[in-house]
Amino acid sequence: MQIYVCLKHVPDTVAMINIVGDAGFDESVKFVMNPYDEYAVEEALKIVKQEGGEVIAVTVGKEAAASTIRYAMAMGAHRGIHIQADAQWVDSMVTSQALKKVIHADGTPDLIFTGKQSVDGEGMQTHYRLAAALDMPAVNEVTTFSIQEGKAVAEREVGGGEREMLEISLPCVVGASKGLNEPRYPKMTEIIKSKKKKIDQFNLADLGLETPAASSELLKLEEMPERGQAKMIGGSPKEMAEELVQRLREDAKVL
Amino acid sequence: MLRTGVLTEMNDNRVREANFGVIAGAREGDDEVYAFPVNGTADACKDAVQTYGVEKVVDLAVEGAELSSDPETLAKAIADAVRHFELKALLGLNSPRGRDLLARIATILDAPLALDCLKVDLGQGIVTKSHFSGKTLATLKLSGTPLICGIRPNAIRSRPDPREADILPYQASVEGAGRIRVKEVKKAESETIDLTEANIIISGGRPMNSAENFKVLHECADALGGAAVGASRAAVDAGFAPHDMQVGQTGKTVSPQLYIACGISGSIQHFAGMKTAKVIVAVNTDEEAPIFGKCDYGLVGDLFEVVLALTEVLKASS
Ligand SMILES: Cc1cc2nc3c(=O)[nH]c(=O)nc-3n(C[C@H](O)[C@H](O)[C@H](O)COP(=O)(O)OP(=O)(O)OC[C@H]3O[C@@H](n4cnc5c(N)ncnc54)[C@H](O)[C@@H]3O)c2cc1C
Ligand SMILES: Nc1ncnc2c1ncn2[C@@H]1O[C@H](COP(=O)(O)O)[C@@H](O)[C@H]1O
Repeated sequence: MQIYVCLKHVPDTVAMINIVGDAGFDESVKFVMNPYDEYAVEEALKIVKQEGGEVIAVTVGKEAAASTIRYAMAMGAHRGIHIQADAQWVDSMVTSQALKKVIHADGTPDLIFTGKQSVDGEGMQTHYRLAAALDMPAVNEVTTFSIQEGKAVAEREVGGGEREMLEISLPCVVGASKGLNEPRYPKMTEIIKSKKKKIDQFNLADLGLETPAASSELLKLEEMPERGQAKMIGGSPKEMAEELVQRLREDAKVL
Repeated sequence: MLRTGVLTEMNDNRVREANFGVIAGAREGDDEVYAFPVNGTADACKDAVQTYGVEKVVDLAVEGAELSSDPETLAKAIADAVRHFELKALLGLNSPRGRDLLARIATILDAPLALDCLKVDLGQGIVTKSHFSGKTLATLKLSGTPLICGIRPNAIRSRPDPREADILPYQASVEGAGRIRVKEVKKAESETIDLTEANIIISGGRPMNSAENFKVLHECADALGGAAVGASRAAVDAGFAPHDMQVGQTGKTVSPQLYIACGISGSIQHFAGMKTAKVIVAVNTDEEAPIFGKCDYGLVGDLFEVVLALTEVLKASS
């Protein structure tokens, strides 16, 4: 099995985001592998352990994104491909075309794992676009996965506690969600070994990609508006409850 | 007149409430709105959506294909209809099914896609959505056609605008993809209200102390006229509530009219999932709790006492 895992290098979710200029942010914060992509790496490693094969970690990102590939390798990925870009925001149409091009040139994927979404841009679409470019089916927000009789079998939550059981022909693209597995922490020995593993380098600008038919451009970033001073309500529990209900009915008009 | 399509999600042949806000989003530019019933009949869809300004309900069919069990073919059929009716935009709910379908349709049409939008301006192609797990608000410019947008449930208020809609039967000329098959849909064990689409949510944190104690919140939820019950990660990790009740960065993102947080400290990860609620109420014993700095109404007190009192007041006054 040849399994590709697509990874994004993103600011740690606990990092403070300080906006710089109109649409930039202070990138000196700690960056990590996109949390959902950890489930993707873990699942790929599990399958290769059962079925044999190799796991190849691929990213489109700035120079520093190499550390996310190294992290995947420390988890157990065999090789890496780094497509260098000069910005944190690369349109998902461009990213998916770049991923397609290098994966196509590198090998023959039996499976491609991604996260269900990135936690910085929250685009929720790179994997669908990659699947379309490679003419593969895609399934997203997958919480259980297995291969049975040459087909992928996946389960996904569809809201309100409902779950869908899906059967997908291979090869396919699978977007991992929380609950799929418990991503491992790299062991010291694996971290050391990972330093010797190979990362192929490309430059996004040199891939000769066509300009996509559509795009989305980030115009502005602003802090989520905060609420004004809270109205504190005092008294006994009964008094508080009475005043709250009255205010929710008459002032806020949400009851 | 320009035309905009709206995917309309249905449950047991009833249009889900949250879709009416999506229609309002499509109506903002005074476009003619085409509804696409997903998982339900055109008739049932028409009765519900025409009250909100929809003019046309597309009754979609593909020869020899079972659309409900093949999301790829359903997406191809809708994409084909979007082209046929020359829709300039297609909106849907940012629910698991909605965003999945919208993403499939966008890739088929090579169209720009923005999911989980809080606001859309279809005329300008400008959308507002969260970036960095709810820490920042991003404004994006979409280029290309048609514009495809998923709207966060409840982010746009519904607006009644009654009219008489027509049903347009449309036979899509696409081939069945047959690569994905929905083999089974497992229903929830109990009839629960979908957190992400609830108008009112009452959530409990670590001090709930047991699964049993969540009954107190469920009773209050009933008194609130059918609210949903949520939980913090601390409560979920401790086993007091199932994972699908978790609100926050690694749980559900919700945008109700009213969010009542009981015994929740107000971590940024919890806020990432509920900060776009219209009104936030916090009940906490610690008057210094961070949540009091980020809510609309604060009640300092023991959650069990306050919630019980609240349930009684609501019951007495309904
Ligand atoms: C990567 C990451 C992702 C995360 N994702 C999520 C997420 O999705 N959702 C989430 O919720 N958290 C998430 N967390 C955890 C988050 O950081 C907090 O630890 C968690 O939200 C705390 O839950 P809590 O407020 O219930 O508990 P606590 O922080 O322990 O707060 C309990 C509060 O209850 C008050 N209290 C105690 N007794 C009573 C009483 N009798 N009546 C009233 N008030 C009382 C206390 O004063 C305190 O303020 C995440 C953390 C990380 C690192
Ligand atoms: N720059 C990137 N390089 C590699 N994979 C990516 C990149 N951006 C997104 N992905 C993959 O696509 C998934 C969805 O990302 P997004 O569309 O940004 O929400 C992520 O979880 C990654 O697995």
